[in-house]
Amino acid sequence: MRYYTTMSALAVLFLFPLLWSGWSSLEEPGDYLEMARFGEGVGTYLTNSVLVSAMTVAGTLVVSALGGYAFARFDFPGKNLLFLTTLAILMVPYATILLPLYVLLGYIGLQNSLVGLSLVFVMFQLPFALFMMRNAFEAIPRELEEAALVDGCGTFRAFSRILLHAVRPALITVGLFAFLASWNDFFAPLILLNDGAKFTLPVAVVSMTQRTFGAIDYGMLQAGVMVTAVPCLILFIVLQRHYVRGFMSGALRG
Amino acid sequence: MTPTPTRPGPVARRGAPPARWRARHLQGWLYAAPTAVIVGVLFVVPLVLVVWMSLNRWPLLGPAQLNAPDNYTKIADNPLFLDAVAFTLKYTAIITILLSVVALGLALLVQERRPGVAFFRTAFFLPGAVGFAAAALLFYGMLNNDFGPIDPLLQAIGITDEPVKWIGTPDMALFSTIALVLWRFAGFNMLILLTGLQSIPVEVYEAARTDGASRLQIFRSITLPLLRPTLALMLILSVTGSLLAFDQFFIFTNGGPDNSTVSMVMVVYRDAFFRFDLGGAAALSVVMLVALVALNIVQMRVLRRSR
Repeated sequence: MRYYTTMSALAVLFLFPLLWSGWSSLEEPGDYLEMARFGEGVGTYLTNSVLVSAMTVAGTLVVSALGGYAFARFDFPGKNLLFLTTLAILMVPYATILLPLYVLLGYIGLQNSLVGLSLVFVMFQLPFALFMMRNAFEAIPRELEEAALVDGCGTFRAFSRILLHAVRPALITVGLFAFLASWNDFFAPLILLNDGAKFTLPVAVVSMTQRTFGAIDYGMLQAGVMVTAVPCLILFIVLQRHYVRGFMSGALRG
Repeated sequence: MTPTPTRPGPVARRGAPPARWRARHLQGWLYAAPTAVIVGVLFVVPLVLVVWMSLNRWPLLGPAQLNAPDNYTKIADNPLFLDAVAFTLKYTAIITILLSVVALGLALLVQERRPGVAFFRTAFFLPGAVGFAAAALLFYGMLNNDFGPIDPLLQAIGITDEPVKWIGTPDMALFSTIALVLWRFAGFNMLILLTGLQSIPVEVYEAARTDGASRLQIFRSITLPLLRPTLALMLILSVTGSLLAFDQFFIFTNGGPDNSTVSMVMVVYRDAFFRFDLGGAAALSVVMLVALVALNIVQMRVLRRSR
């Protein structure tokens, strides 16, 4: 019984802020209307966030599925170098790499661009995603692939028809991590986007606290927090199993 | 169509004609090409560029000009950065200690197989699904003296008589930030440690119990040593993450009061985008990169040894 008392007290401690934020954002229905009209309109920011997350998830899945297959099944010159370089992304401070990226994206016309931001997110996701996908492909029995090849499929058809299906759980895990990271990230869009109409939700909601827009409207702020947080909370609760697999796979152990 | 052999074992490898092998290499490269392009263009090139930038006077707008090693020598005259280094180290030490204690406690609690434990696991982790920026704003509202529920709550219980200056003094700002970070990251670190706890074979515990070991003895001589690799991993992630702290101080305390909570990355950001000195910011970034890589190598050595 003492166990459950302790656990319940802790659960209240962890859930209270979320419940309070939800409750206080709903206290005055006007808060959400107020927020909808904030800046460029919350619809713009929501669209930007959805676009960036969709591009990041799609990009990460395509690149890491192809790459994971290459690393699991082929030998090619430079293989180890490429793998180690990809893992080295984890070692480099975020700020160290975003500063030159800001300059570089300016050179290639992708500064202040949602596409440029998404590509940067794909790069940051690659160490984890590539590691996950390589392990997933390695776990597929060779016989499955050979059977397809004997049936006359080329390697790409074997890959796209049969192998991709077999690694679906890993794809879901990689996609979920990519979504949460790109939807929630604050620092990269803060640096890489400079036009208010391009802001993603976290940057837009943080700008609600900057007094250039008048006194801080705390109710509206919590409404913004909820709009940003609720999709992640729902997705996490639904896909929790796949999230935890990301930890169990040892991918974090790098 | 002729089937292509996919698994050339050692024997086939020796006998296979070179042309087929070249085709196999080419195929491998084709699948790896998108990875190579992304990593090359968005990681390797920027890494070289940031070093080049650090050797130049590089204003936000206008042409760059070689001025090495000015950007590095002037770091010593950047009091804001030196203070930030001291503050960030202090913050990292406090957070890492608290986070490992709290996360280990939670992991031990949710490790038990009891009804309802899945709910508690989810509850403890749920803040981790919320973005850090959103979490910081949530606390910003929750600890506000007029709007937030915490002050009235504490006064109702009788712990305080008047509103607390949650981010009004340097110590309280650090304290409140630590509360925010613990709330947001305890569950995440709990999950990491839980994977380590669950990889300890049940038989080891059973053997200890039949030998009459007490719970404390089991924890000290079985759980803790076997958990060391996972604990070390958690420490590396926590140290790295805290040294690079930005969101919590930029959003929640805004570096205040009196620049008492300015982190290293915040100085890089300010130098680059408020003082328009990209070259100076690049030099700071390179210094941080070198320090962090060195630290990571040391930590990994320790981690490997403990395995």
